[in-house]
Amino acid sequence: MEDMLFYDRLQFAFTITFHYIFPQLTMGLSLMIVYFKWKYLRNKIEKYNNAAKFFMKIFAVNFTMGVVTGIPMEFQFGTNWAKFSELTGGIIGQTLAMEGMFSFFLESSFLALFIFGEKLMGQKLHFLTGLFVFIGSWASGWFILATNAWMQHPVGHEVLENGKFVLDNFSELFTNPWLIPAFLHNQMASVVTSAFVVASIGAFYILRNKQTEYGKLFLKTGVVFGLISSLLVAFPTGDWNAKNVAKYQPGTFAAMEGIFETEHAGAEIVLIGQPNMLEKKLDNKIAVPNILSFLTYQDWDRQIAGMDQFEAEELPDNIPALYYSYHIMVGLGTIFIGVMFVALFFLWRKKLFTMKPLLWTIMFLVPFPYIANITGWYTAELGRQPYLVYGLLKTSDGISPTVSSGNTLFTLLGFVALYMLLGLLFLVLVGKTINEGPKHQTH
Amino acid sequence: MELFWYIAIAIVLAIFFVLDGYDFGAGIVHLFFAKEEKDKEVITKSAGLFWDSNEVWLVAAGGMLFMAFPTFYASVFSGFYLPLIIVLWLIVFRAIGLEFRGQFKYQMWKDIWDKSFGVSSLLLALFFGIALGNIVRGVNLGIVDNGIAAHEGHYFFLPLWDSSFSPLTEHPGVVDWFTVLIGIISVVTLTIHGANWVILKTSASINNKLKGVIFKLNIALAVLTVLSLIVWQNVNPNALDNFADKPYLLVFPVVYLTGLVGLFFIKKIKKDSHAFLCSTLLILGGITSTLASLFPVILPSVNDVHEHLTIYNTSASEYGLSVALTWGILGFILIVVYMIIQKRLTSGKIDNMDYGH
Repeated sequence: MEDMLFYDRLQFAFTITFHYIFPQLTMGLSLMIVYFKWKYLRNKIEKYNNAAKFFMKIFAVNFTMGVVTGIPMEFQFGTNWAKFSELTGGIIGQTLAMEGMFSFFLESSFLALFIFGEKLMGQKLHFLTGLFVFIGSWASGWFILATNAWMQHPVGHEVLENGKFVLDNFSELFTNPWLIPAFLHNQMASVVTSAFVVASIGAFYILRNKQTEYGKLFLKTGVVFGLISSLLVAFPTGDWNAKNVAKYQPGTFAAMEGIFETEHAGAEIVLIGQPNMLEKKLDNKIAVPNILSFLTYQDWDRQIAGMDQFEAEELPDNIPALYYSYHIMVGLGTIFIGVMFVALFFLWRKKLFTMKPLLWTIMFLVPFPYIANITGWYTAELGRQPYLVYGLLKTSDGISPTVSSGNTLFTLLGFVALYMLLGLLFLVLVGKTINEGPKHQTH
Repeated sequence: MELFWYIAIAIVLAIFFVLDGYDFGAGIVHLFFAKEEKDKEVITKSAGLFWDSNEVWLVAAGGMLFMAFPTFYASVFSGFYLPLIIVLWLIVFRAIGLEFRGQFKYQMWKDIWDKSFGVSSLLLALFFGIALGNIVRGVNLGIVDNGIAAHEGHYFFLPLWDSSFSPLTEHPGVVDWFTVLIGIISVVTLTIHGANWVILKTSASINNKLKGVIFKLNIALAVLTVLSLIVWQNVNPNALDNFADKPYLLVFPVVYLTGLVGLFFIKKIKKDSHAFLCSTLLILGGITSTLASLFPVILPSVNDVHEHLTIYNTSASEYGLSVALTWGILGFILIVVYMIIQKRLTSGKIDNMDYGH
């Protein structure tokens, strides 16, 4: 039994991690494509139109990958988490079906139109199709987050005697206090990823001294979007989310912040340290006193419950992983703000395009927003443990009762092999597109 | 309300098989009949331009099934665990075959992805047929052994095959001689459908030859259809009772027969779209007839301990189903609008359309 849960979780974690490489780029990138296209409509400078089309090409590759790795996510609810699907399908089935119907259709139909239909439709309609792709991809994020918000903070339902969750107020699914902060935080984070990708491609073009005109445009746009979005990720959206965790999942909050013992007065904020689960303390800790209480409650001396205040089974089951995920996310987010701030400063002083060390830094930073996004999701998901539906349904009670661990391991190995191949092909293809650059496609 | 959602999902599934069916079929045609590079390229294109918007219907069907019949979703997806995951892998291989083929000009590169596209299309057509066969045959709900159930009555697990390969054993596997027969019917049907699509949408040099192929396959299909009906009676003696009780359901087999008969005149049919319509009827009729024969059952039980899964004992709450009706209608209208826009933009032959480079 224990094995089954372990492999089901491992497979879901692996496939969702790989999947989320793609939507986080497409959601943010669609916004930037709309921006480029809009600029072109305003100033009629061909460069902006080519930029929009170039990034839509990269968008399309990512979208395809998102689709082929996304279908397994929907399937796995049924294949590996049958009990969870049976018990909660009446609720999360709503939001997931709406995602398929409203956003996925919108996104895929208009993506095809954007790519093939520029000549047929004229510029204004072409802009509109781009806008619909953007709306579709963000709507998709909205419905997925609504699903997750219900799992984090269940509302609008009733639990029957046989354990089934039955919907009794549809609109509460979308007015869930967890949803809007989580959605905005997630969307801003995906803009960070796309801004870094755009800026990084720009830095690459400038550094290799080819298509530098596009290089400068991408870098400039990437840096402006990057600074604004990394600021918004931290404040107010990140702050808002942390307050929600403190309010609705206090045990999780203590675990992710690494507070083992409750302090008499204000709680310190941990910057660095390793959770030592044997002695229930943080090793090699560097912390600043009272800051956490201030950030959470705007009160320097407010007491915050540590992990010692909770029963062991109420706390997340992998505290070190949760703690690291959270701290990696926050640490990287802080670095992003710093780098983008410096870059914007030199852009304003008109020195950015010749500052090689900074250009190299921006170029090589590109994997890190991906890591920050994914560790952010790990924080949410590990933080909810040991529950699937917080406080109501244990993760161990959600797995498929008849699928043995041997079968799950078999499919997990298959997914690993297949996704490695997919990842390789993806890199080759995106590398080729970037190498050719936007000029290549102006016929 | 259950009935409404059952019909809605059946429609979405049928649309999926008609739409994605032609690109599966195009893959099979590509695998067996396309020899020249130019033909291979246009056939790939005739599937490549559309596969992703077609597969969206699968996602929609999955989502609706999850929402309206969560118990059925949980039961079937975990019970057919291995075949479903293998189907997922095949979908991935097909997609990358289509998307990557045109990226490099090397012959070896193209050959790899041609095979990936063709073989996975063939296997998918086979597997979807086998899946339908499994639904018709039924499964050992609750994994009952000697009258004792190991699980709740809506859970089961099927291995890929049982060493007897017989649909009549106590623990049937996914693959047995009955389900394979349905699988072959599915392959033949989709090959016909795909060939019609290729003829309709491209100017491939093999188009004339394909009409001959369709004619021959259609004869095979007629024989297989009769054979499957006989075998079906053998596997489940009550298989056709529904049609006797409710004769109006016979409209579905009639749709199937119309398509089948129509395709015998493939060489005389002037308009390619009419031939495509015939194979569309074939698929619509085939699926709806199968579902109608089972209704209201959606997964029969082969043991006496547990009752069949029906649309009534697997559905979500009444409130949930009615709320979903409101947004479902809105969503459906939107989808039809998208489809119309897209089809208008890609009407006619697609030979000169830009794709994949």
